Amino acid sequence: MEHADRLPAAARPPSRLGDLAGRKWFWPVVALGLILLVDAFVSRGFFSIGIVQGRLYGSLIDVLYRGTPIALVALGMAVVIGTKGIDLSVGAVVAIVGAVMTYLIHQDMAAPWVLILTLATGALCGLWNGLLVAVLDIQPIIATLILMVTGRGIALMIDAGLIVTFRSDFFSAISTGQVFTVPSRILVCAGTFVLLWLFLRRTSLGLFVESVGGNAAAADLAGIDARLVKIGAYMLSGLCSGLAGVLICGDIRGSDSNNAGLFIELDAILAVVIGGGSLAGGRFYLGFTVIGVLIIQTLTTSILYSGVPPEYNMIVKGVVVLIVLLLGSRRFRDRVFGVFRRGAA
Amino acid sequence: MKERYLPILATVGVFVVAYAIGGVAFRNFLSTTVLGNMLTDNAFIIIAAIGTTFVILSGGIDLSVGSMIGFVGVAMARLDTLGWHPLESGLLLIAFGTLFGAFQGFIIDFCEIQPFIITLAGLFLLRGSCFMVTLDSLPIQHPFIGVFSDWHIALGGGGRLSASALVMLFMLAVAVAIAHFTRFGTNVYAIGGDRASAQLMGVPIRRTTVMIYALGGFYSALGGVVYALYTASGYPLQAVGDELDAIAAVVLGGTLLTGGVGLVAGTLFGGLIQGLITTMIDFQGSLNSWWAKIFIGILLFVFIVTQRTIMRSFMLRRAA
Repeated sequence: MEHADRLPAAARPPSRLGDLAGRKWFWPVVALGLILLVDAFVSRGFFSIGIVQGRLYGSLIDVLYRGTPIALVALGMAVVIGTKGIDLSVGAVVAIVGAVMTYLIHQDMAAPWVLILTLATGALCGLWNGLLVAVLDIQPIIATLILMVTGRGIALMIDAGLIVTFRSDFFSAISTGQVFTVPSRILVCAGTFVLLWLFLRRTSLGLFVESVGGNAAAADLAGIDARLVKIGAYMLSGLCSGLAGVLICGDIRGSDSNNAGLFIELDAILAVVIGGGSLAGGRFYLGFTVIGVLIIQTLTTSILYSGVPPEYNMIVKGVVVLIVLLLGSRRFRDRVFGVFRRGAA
Repeated sequence: MKERYLPILATVGVFVVAYAIGGVAFRNFLSTTVLGNMLTDNAFIIIAAIGTTFVILSGGIDLSVGSMIGFVGVAMARLDTLGWHPLESGLLLIAFGTLFGAFQGFIIDFCEIQPFIITLAGLFLLRGSCFMVTLDSLPIQHPFIGVFSDWHIALGGGGRLSASALVMLFMLAVAVAIAHFTRFGTNVYAIGGDRASAQLMGVPIRRTTVMIYALGGFYSALGGVVYALYTASGYPLQAVGDELDAIAAVVLGGTLLTGGVGLVAGTLFGGLIQGLITTMIDFQGSLNSWWAKIFIGILLFVFIVTQRTIMRSFMLRRAA
């Protein structure tokens, strides 16, 4: 009766549309397209891009601009999720990094050194998470929960409980400046993406990550040091969160330990999953993760621009995310669209 | 000794030692007043965590708990202004919570989407609904609130077992009965242990998954009702992030996040360990707010490592 549905994809009669719908990139891209389509009707001039005071200006640029911190965090998160882990501490790392950066700037340290030490702090946070997960064998969600709870405390301690501001041309240039009319933070993010892609996909390191996530014991037997790969993944996530922290704090020119990067872990995890990453580990996609971030950020910006009262933000976001997830689920499409197909036959 | 009792013994051991340390360090720590307050203050989170225990035992996770508690609170406060009795609105919202949980469970199984993500969407939906109900803190002014908070059983030595604590203990007993004396409970463990084998043995996966998340929704909504009665108010940002406290309570209680291993009763002690940490910080009295956060994190770390070490040493002895 339903045997046709159970046949493996290769045995089904080929159909162009069905083939397309099975591709990994199809549904995230369709979702992004639909959101943009709605924008075209709802908000006037959403797609116009101009140059104001020597920099690119427009809603689409705004999406890219505001999306950079989430994108950086999500890229690191994608790798951690690839090892069958999760990193809840990214928001707290953003806060710690911001506090350290502000502290060092007030010590009159040269800006490049501040940047290096700040990013090292992020990596150090990641090292701590990695040691808990890989060496002490604590479940990732709990291991990173510890830093999530403690991190904002540490950041507040460094800031002595205040919101500390600073002036630094160097960090303002990185975060809010521009290069040839393009906002510099977009270039920072694009550069990070290319580096990560080269580092993980042009070497076998990405494959190591996926094999550890797929089956750590098998990877170990195949000669991959699973512990080292996991520690590396968490350090990478810490480093990416650190860079996001530099952008966020450079933007507000200060360290707000209670609010910097608050709930960014939820957006980052959503982006990874919408981009096809599996929380069961074993696969991660850097490019699709960026598409996931674009979906989330376009949605947030669209709600803002469409004039819907801000209290509706979360519920609209929840509904749209749910729809994207349902469309992305093969089972859901087979069951629901399958009914129509049978009905038509 | 059975292996399955190891984690809970480790948890209880850690709890007793920490309690004793508190008793040595602070005057009046070992009184029934402190114990009664600890049970009352943590009743809502332990109730919610009991539901989370079932979800985690089945190998899933529920992130919508904190938002559910918040939503139940604001909805009860809103219905209170419309003249509803708290018990009526409470029952309605518990029914809503159960249905919402069942809906999450259905999507998780029907669409084969990871529970982490579906319940994350649930978190957004419920928290978003909070803001639609109200943006301000609303009081619940029905006289029943006074009746509920006054009612108690004296423990002797000045301590009180409040209505909140009693509801919690009763619902814990119900949960233990469900987990260990019903076919549903056995199915939960079977699915958490090995989903594929469970399916081959004829466990109804769809029905059980829906029931598990419905139970999770039921308990977190009940936790929300208890919290609303306890604080006599609803606020849209109430209980933000409490799902993590619930999960931490379950894990500290010896249940493994991988599913299939753990006891519902352990969650009581997991929740009480967290309560113990905050009580100790209160007794210490001079900790800055940031030191309190750091201290909670450090203690969480110490508890988890201690529990692991105790369990490992037992395992090694068995293996030898």
